[in-house]
Amino acid sequence: MITTSIKRRTLLGAGLAGASMLAMPSILRAQDKSLKVGVYGGYFKDSFDKNIFPEFTKATGIAIESIAEPTGEAWLVQLEQAARAGQAPADVSMMSQVAMLKGQATDLWTPIDTAKIKNASNLLDRFVNKYPDGRIAGIGAVSWYITLVTNTDVYKEAPTSWSAFWDPANADKLGLLALVSNSFLLEVTAKTFMGGTNALDTEEGLLKAFEKLAEVKPNVRLWYRDEAQFEQSLKSGEIPMGQYYHDVTGLAAADGHPVRSTFPKEGGIQDSGCWALSRASQKSEEAHIFIDYMCQPSIQATLSRKVGTSPTVKREVTDLTDKEFASVSSDIEPIIPRYDLYQTKSDWLNQKWTELIVG
Amino acid sequence: MRREPPQTPGDYAPLLFPAAMLTIFFVVPFGTMIAVSFFQRQQGGFYTPAFVFDNYARFLSAFFGGVLGFSLMLAITVAICCVVLALPFTYMLTRMSRKVQVVWLVALLSILSLSEVIIGFAWSTLFSRTAGITNILVALGIMAEAKALTPSFGAVLTGMVYQAFPYTVLVLFPALVRLDPTLTEAARTLGASPLKAFFTVVVPALRNTITATLIMVFIFALGSYLLPQLLGRPQHWTLSVLITDQAIYQSNMPFAAAMAVFLVLVTLGLVALTVIAGRKGEAA
Repeated sequence: MITTSIKRRTLLGAGLAGASMLAMPSILRAQDKSLKVGVYGGYFKDSFDKNIFPEFTKATGIAIESIAEPTGEAWLVQLEQAARAGQAPADVSMMSQVAMLKGQATDLWTPIDTAKIKNASNLLDRFVNKYPDGRIAGIGAVSWYITLVTNTDVYKEAPTSWSAFWDPANADKLGLLALVSNSFLLEVTAKTFMGGTNALDTEEGLLKAFEKLAEVKPNVRLWYRDEAQFEQSLKSGEIPMGQYYHDVTGLAAADGHPVRSTFPKEGGIQDSGCWALSRASQKSEEAHIFIDYMCQPSIQATLSRKVGTSPTVKREVTDLTDKEFASVSSDIEPIIPRYDLYQTKSDWLNQKWTELIVG
Repeated sequence: MRREPPQTPGDYAPLLFPAAMLTIFFVVPFGTMIAVSFFQRQQGGFYTPAFVFDNYARFLSAFFGGVLGFSLMLAITVAICCVVLALPFTYMLTRMSRKVQVVWLVALLSILSLSEVIIGFAWSTLFSRTAGITNILVALGIMAEAKALTPSFGAVLTGMVYQAFPYTVLVLFPALVRLDPTLTEAARTLGASPLKAFFTVVVPALRNTITATLIMVFIFALGSYLLPQLLGRPQHWTLSVLITDQAIYQSNMPFAAAMAVFLVLVTLGLVALTVIAGRKGEAA
């Protein structure tokens, strides 16, 4: 009895030692040069995993562990909570502009040193996110458009203006984003009816925009938080009009679904994401190499072709053809969201907005 | 086996593990939530430790009162619908053969394995204009034109009752199985119809079970967050949806915590009222 139990234990011990010896080199290698990168889960992550990260690893020898992050501010909350505990669930994350501003308020982002990023000069100015004191909090990762989308079976003619949302003929036909801070409908209202987003500078202007926006309510069938919910309904014609992502709609149309994305004459909504480095991350060096790599015109062009995002670098430094550019962007002046409002007035806006749509 | 009251402190030892688990996974998080609900919200940032009542003050408005009222009403309606449907169903199920019972129970258990997301999307398809059940009615000539049944209150209620029904049956089942069949037999011998026997004998005999089941389904339904979003209009969103909006999308943890604490207090209050009312009824 005793001998067998000892034998078994020795065997177990030997097995464990063997297994850990086998595992060790890979652990060492992983610790040596790797980077955890948070990318919006689903389509974005799949595309980056397929088209971008393997090439990056080949070029630099840095292994990428991509992490699916939720959109909205859920990821910001997680990063912040983790950073308080000295943890970084991801070193570099793709963050929305509002999340960037909110993270700035708590010094969540490690300042980026542009001296280490030689491709930074290619960037459009609006894609460099700065702390109020001028330190760089984040660098433009991708940008995309939210446009006016329609089901082509239901709408034979493409609408030309955002004012289609207000048309009484479209009663109960719209799918709109459910949050004030991701639908940017206040900006759309201001640009369409009030002469531009500067009209939102004052509280009076904001209230007027809310009032105008209230007229849209009877036309809205779905206020969506989850993209899949609207996309499915748009494809089937259940909800034939709404606001949605230009690139994803283009891909769905290419797959043969009866959908189209239109840049209204007032412009599409251009939103963007930044690469930002959590202050809890120990991998500043690798992060700078990664961000520099992503700022190359050729990589931005690849992203436009393969992922469908609009380039964050100047158009002329890329080799995108007119047709390729049109599939991800437009020359119509975009509506740039008033991110500052969602930081300084976020609670007030959120309260008014919730009362508007729920009330 | 004879039950003896614990004699020495050592006899309480088996309680240590569950007590520790309860403390770590319930008392501590709940305490943290209460603490956070008094913290100072930093707009555009996170929060700083403080002791302020702002978060509760913001909640005390006609708007949030309305949302809370709707959430409670929805949960109560779901609880009543579930019990009204499940009680006769479970009663009949206990009269069936063992084999039939097993098949039904396995089917009901398999519903529990479905996630709320799947249930929500399935019902929204079933209720849609393009692929929904109204198309069958049109094919049968009952309806003139297919129409969308979602988003609506009825759709939310259907989805939530569907989700809570298996729980209701599983809670009622043991009590109904144990119910002495001679009770109804006696009622039948004395001339009561099966229906009358059910309402005058079975239902009163199970009053405590029914109350407990109502409370359980009520609490289960109160936490519902996804189905009202998938199947309802914004006016059908529950307080849980707004709590999530605050916590996840607005990163306003203190306000979300205050709303959650308020919801828990109101729920506990309602449950206590139900229990007290039940006791009074028993004494009378």
